[in-house]
Amino acid sequence: MGMTIVQKILARASGKKSVDIGDVLEPRVDIAMSHENGALVINQFNEIYQGTGIPAKVWDPSRIVIILDHRVPAETSKTATNQKKIREFIAAQGIPNFHDIRGDEGGICHQILPENGYIRPGYVVVGTDSHTTSHGALGAFSFGIGATEMASVWSLGTALNVEVPGTIKVDVSGRFPRKVGAKDLILHLIGMISAEGANFKVIEFHGKTISKMTTSGRLVLCNMSVEAGATSGIVPADEETVRYLREVAGVKGKIDIVTPDSSARYDEVIEIDVSKLTPQVACPHTVDNVKSVKEIEGVKLNQIVIGSCTNGRLDDLETAAKIVKGHKIAKNIRMLIFPATWRIYREALKKGILTTLVDAGAVIINPGCGCCLGVHQGALGDGEVALATTNRNFKGRMGNPKGEVYLCSPATAAASALTGVITDPTKGE
Amino acid sequence: MSKIVFKVGDDISTDVIYPGRFMATVLPTETPQFAFADYTEFNTQLKNKAFPPNSIILGGANFGCGSSREQAASTLKGHELIIIAKGFSRIFIQNAINLGLRTIICPEIEGELNDEIEIKDNKLTNKRTKKTYDIVPLPKARQAIVDAGGLIEYTRRRVLEKHAR
Repeated sequence: MGMTIVQKILARASGKKSVDIGDVLEPRVDIAMSHENGALVINQFNEIYQGTGIPAKVWDPSRIVIILDHRVPAETSKTATNQKKIREFIAAQGIPNFHDIRGDEGGICHQILPENGYIRPGYVVVGTDSHTTSHGALGAFSFGIGATEMASVWSLGTALNVEVPGTIKVDVSGRFPRKVGAKDLILHLIGMISAEGANFKVIEFHGKTISKMTTSGRLVLCNMSVEAGATSGIVPADEETVRYLREVAGVKGKIDIVTPDSSARYDEVIEIDVSKLTPQVACPHTVDNVKSVKEIEGVKLNQIVIGSCTNGRLDDLETAAKIVKGHKIAKNIRMLIFPATWRIYREALKKGILTTLVDAGAVIINPGCGCCLGVHQGALGDGEVALATTNRNFKGRMGNPKGEVYLCSPATAAASALTGVITDPTKGE
Repeated sequence: MSKIVFKVGDDISTDVIYPGRFMATVLPTETPQFAFADYTEFNTQLKNKAFPPNSIILGGANFGCGSSREQAASTLKGHELIIIAKGFSRIFIQNAINLGLRTIICPEIEGELNDEIEIKDNKLTNKRTKKTYDIVPLPKARQAIVDAGGLIEYTRRRVLEKHAR
């Protein structure tokens, strides 16, 4: 019996020839990522060593990456103090990979990792953030863990008690209609299999449409796989992966590629043809409450949000800029843009994308998690409605349990900014 | 015997259990004050210690979905609650096990507020309806962490073993 890509990666990371679904392993970790919640990891890490007489030193400083992104610059003194504690720990432990709140190197963790060459195909990546699933886009097995579990990784260099997950294979064919893309595909899939449809499982993406998709689009698919409960989303590495690693991430040297066996056993195979896919929207308050934009056109909006680890890349901003170019956003609407990283911010600045957006009435926020999780910038007022390219629409998500969040693609968000109501971007195509 | 003191539906996210705006508070000693913060009445009852330890929150499917924030587990652990649900999301139940928050997977469970539930021998009995339901046992690997008293203790043992070699 052949193995899925995750079976292969886990076998290799555990020093085994082959592993079965359900086996319990302790794979070595290649990259361990944390953000502001590193403050809690540090607390738990020190606790592990308390009373042991052993100095609390991380297993391998070069495999830890820390990025400040959730509340940047700090919104309260409490956050600032946590961030200070993290900087002190990084200095004391000699952790070289740190992305502080800086215009030359900062941004959202899930874009910082791929863009700076931290992720390689076949890696085992853990992060104290549920959207760590993103990095499967480069053929790694990448999953979210809690802070105490990360403290354990920092101590031992392995992930404890990892059960080899079963895999759902999603085979995608067909050519996307204009202004329909990866975000519409993943929302459609989540609506189809539900918010727990892939709980404890991995989603492996295959098919001609995926082969032709850029890494940016693959990051969207893997990022949001967790919204179907998946442990990870993963796209087996191919030519596009190598191109991205070389051209964008600046990776030199050999790139080792792991691919699934053609005889691998899948829990389920789902086939999707995107040639007739329409723009999709996840309605409040669950990500699997997915409808076609056509069904809910006209819902009145107060805030448009374009950005986040899901859709804050250059192609996303470019799509939005093209749609609003030469127009003004509707009266009584706020359009907030937050590029995923400062590198993307600088590129968008150079290309005039940010100017186009600002001329139309948008506000550019510094790269970071911003209003996506409702702790910083862009909270909703009571009864207000947001349309966002972010990843979650849970009650209270955008800082107010009396607000509503709809999720969509950058094209749908930009088209709706011009009208002030949910609008189909493919109208008139 | 434990009483159901709060009942919620399916897909209760960690944003509901521990809203994002309180995420700068991280320490398990400080997170309990924000448990279900937007459910003001329940939050106030918790803060006023209205319920004895081992009181039950009854959840539906996919309890704890969403963010990996460990505060969602530590905030409930701080009130010594037991979470019984038809199912849990992966990261939440892992965090719960790591911190020693008692979680019980029971896909068939039916109950209402104030029902008394008996937890015995991998079975739950609702005393009002007299119905008994099977508990889905934790995988052995997870049980080892529970038996050690949580992940900190479990990892501490591993670190000591490694150091002794």
